Amino acid sequence: MASVQQLSAIKDAKVLMVGAGGIGCELLKTLALSGFQDIHIIDMDTIEVSNLNRQFLFRQSHVGQSKAKVARDAVLRFRPKINIKSYHANVKDSNFNVDFFKQFSVVLNGLDNLDARRHVNRLCLAADVPLVESGTTGFLGQVTVHIKGKTECYECQPKPAPKTYPVCTITSTPSKFVHCIVWAKDLLFAKLFGDKNQDNDLNVRSNDTATSSEHSEDIFEPRKDEDIQQYANRIYDHVFGHNIQTALSNEETWKNRNKPRPIYVKDVLSDEPIQQNGNVDKLLANDNLSSLSAMAYLGLKNPQDIWSLKENSRVFFAALKLFFSKRQKEIGNLTFDKDDPLAVEFVTAAANIRAASFNIPLHSLFEAKGIAGNIVHAVATTNAIIAGLIVIEAIKVLQNDAKNCRMTYCLQHPSRKMLLMPVEPFEPNKSCYVCSETPLLLEVNTNRAKLRDLVEKVVTSKLGMSLPLIAHGSGLLYEVGDDLGKDEVANYEANLEKVLSELPYAITGGTIITVEDLQQELVCNINIKHREEFDEEKEPDGMVLHGWTPAAPAAENNKEPTDNNGASTSSTSKPASADVMEADDDELSIVEPGVETLPAGGKKRKLSDVPNSEAPIDEKRAKKIPEENNVIVMLDDGNDDDITAS
Amino acid sequence: MNGEELTEQETALYDRQIRVWGVDAQRRLSKSHVFVSGLKGTVIEFCKNIVLAGVGSLTLNDDNPVTEEALAANFLIPFDENMGGGGSLAELCCDSLKDFNPMVHVSVEKGDLSSFDVDFFEKFDVVVISCCSLAAKKSVNEKCRKLSKRVAFYTVDCRDSCGEIFVDLQKYAYAKKKADETVECQLQYPSFEEAIAIPWRSLPKRVSKLYFAMRVVERFEEVERRKPGETSIEDLPNVLKLRNELCLAHSLNESQIPDALLERLVVSTKEFPPVSAVLGGILGQEVIKAISGKGDPLKNFFFFDAVDGKGLIEDISTS
Repeated sequence: MASVQQLSAIKDAKVLMVGAGGIGCELLKTLALSGFQDIHIIDMDTIEVSNLNRQFLFRQSHVGQSKAKVARDAVLRFRPKINIKSYHANVKDSNFNVDFFKQFSVVLNGLDNLDARRHVNRLCLAADVPLVESGTTGFLGQVTVHIKGKTECYECQPKPAPKTYPVCTITSTPSKFVHCIVWAKDLLFAKLFGDKNQDNDLNVRSNDTATSSEHSEDIFEPRKDEDIQQYANRIYDHVFGHNIQTALSNEETWKNRNKPRPIYVKDVLSDEPIQQNGNVDKLLANDNLSSLSAMAYLGLKNPQDIWSLKENSRVFFAALKLFFSKRQKEIGNLTFDKDDPLAVEFVTAAANIRAASFNIPLHSLFEAKGIAGNIVHAVATTNAIIAGLIVIEAIKVLQNDAKNCRMTYCLQHPSRKMLLMPVEPFEPNKSCYVCSETPLLLEVNTNRAKLRDLVEKVVTSKLGMSLPLIAHGSGLLYEVGDDLGKDEVANYEANLEKVLSELPYAITGGTIITVEDLQQELVCNINIKHREEFDEEKEPDGMVLHGWTPAAPAAENNKEPTDNNGASTSSTSKPASADVMEADDDELSIVEPGVETLPAGGKKRKLSDVPNSEAPIDEKRAKKIPEENNVIVMLDDGNDDDITAS
Repeated sequence: MNGEELTEQETALYDRQIRVWGVDAQRRLSKSHVFVSGLKGTVIEFCKNIVLAGVGSLTLNDDNPVTEEALAANFLIPFDENMGGGGSLAELCCDSLKDFNPMVHVSVEKGDLSSFDVDFFEKFDVVVISCCSLAAKKSVNEKCRKLSKRVAFYTVDCRDSCGEIFVDLQKYAYAKKKADETVECQLQYPSFEEAIAIPWRSLPKRVSKLYFAMRVVERFEEVERRKPGETSIEDLPNVLKLRNELCLAHSLNESQIPDALLERLVVSTKEFPPVSAVLGGILGQEVIKAISGKGDPLKNFFFFDAVDGKGLIEDISTS
């Protein structure tokens, strides 16, 4: 039970919780039981069926409702006298500004994405409110405490970068199943059902050689004289047959690789009539679009089964036909959605056919869905443990007991007998551009790069600002906001298209510019250094930002045991929390926000040892945290599934 | 991998956790039967976790009436000004737990824990008891051991911001992934009585101080015929005296069981909700591991103290 001092700190506290998902439900319950009286909770999400296995405040009947509101109502049933205020909203909304944050004694995060975490971190720094940050994936979890000036901020350490794959791996030389998924989802699915005007690296010409003229037809355009089946056959033969055949002609590529084999419809489905009008007619009679399923149509029942090449091909055709016959209105506007069964079926089948071609092991629909839909592994127990640890740290913070705050890892395998391992928090990183005032340095060709490049490639993508303002001395160059006049907007728009050295307040070598986000109250100074040439391969942005720590590539978490049949957690299917998305022109990426690694070597965090608790830890042993625990935990959420900006 | 498949409803509901432990484990969970006795905060946390995970059935045992104190640590029972509805703690918790997951059969077993005979426990795969005397722990553990089938036995206790879990899986074999191979592992567990009978001086160095402290308090309650948790600051001198006697008998330095720690355990016997959440979570994971046969189960004690934040596994056995 809590001491008198603890109880009074708890009673007087006003707490902001961000996120009412996996961690959030547990946290809200534990806060209420612990005696917290005044809790505000923000979450933009609504409840889904797959939340119910762990987000215990929600029931089937709540599906579709606001998480924040339902969680509040559920907790008020057993603690009716406390104050809980819920906001069904995005924490990035402008009304949650610095003044809003200032009213709280502590902020507790149970979020599921990097973007929102960075945003909350900055607002907490600006408002000088301590932040307790958390994340879980499967049996792993962690809790960290961020107190301005005393411990590192959330952004002091580099965060894992999206896992990226060179385009050529995806388009020509896949070696893992995830490559096939990226291809099926981002290239083929997007090409067939998405926006026709999007750039797409799929080979769309039937005679793709150097001689191909601009007038050769786009194979993906349905012809006037063909029916759906003929069209589907043509697509199949093109992407799984013709394109592979074409690739094979490039001998150089296959010198050190296994050659793929082209797959044509006639090879796979020669022994059965492809036309199945009877069944299609039956399906056409079905008006419930959301329940359209190629599996149901083909009599395939178990999503855990691995289909043969033939079955995958039949699913491919059935799914494609269903899209074109029943959902033709959506074609041209579709994006992949893990909750769209037909889309999942199509992507699974296409990825598997491609995998067969490249001699990569095939996967079940269940596994493919996990990879394509970027599904976070989540269980109730880890979330409950992490929520308990958040409250323990929050109480220390409320008692101004910063020196006893710990960051705690929840491990799957004990390290030095510990399943819950506390370590001392890091000190602030003196060169952190978010919580220190260290200027950044940007190398750029000021005679070639436009202001737009600076905004897009540095200010929004790297510095994560959402409402940026850029100034050179007292001269404003760029600003975003609702309160701008028409002239100002036009003026700033015009500036975007100007090269840096020709701006009204010219940016040249030696200039110091100020970049500011008014909502986050984050200000960065950037020293500009002019540089003529950039390496197109290594420096595709045409500019290099120093002092900003690029994220380390996400560690492949293949040390984690695969502890089941249905859900392989091996490296190929591990992108547990991976959203396949396009990063820039050159790379297709998979976001793996989960894994955070302990810094190596000298920066290894010190295991905590509170005086009067136990004999000091043997130093030799303290240094030797077993290898497998070097890849510790993640920042994921236990909250929800998609890595969506919120 | 054979056997009946999960229903579509189960697949949808359990999707995220099947991605953690697999279909096979999920199927085993859905066929397992769990018994819990002593419905304080920590066990309630455990019940929530195991019902969400989708066990086949959960049987609750606690005839105590719902008091204000019981309500303080309980998120299952809706607040009611009158509280006059009657019904035992188990009965009221049962209704809420059913609501968490309609696929789990939750029921109440009335009666005193000590009145259940060996045959009674045969119905279960997992038995979890809490807030009971040393004698009850030993006796229920022995009853479970008398059965020909293996019944996994657990005790869990939370005092102040400290907690202890004990596990007896008897002879336990499980699959472990090493590199790319699956190896069969075997563990031999002592019973609770056997474990605590091990002379303290023969235990490994740096065994958690909580282990000793819990034994002193447990022994004190037994000698004084107290109910679990029925201690106060007035008892501290006698508890310290008992500590000294035990340390002498075991040739253990008294500093291994600090006065301050004993004072915490003796004085504030209420559970601290965040610690209950941590213990209930760890216990839930352990039970899921034992049922599914996947992952290293802990052997055989787990300790958590919010003061230093460590969650420690201790192997208190002769093997």
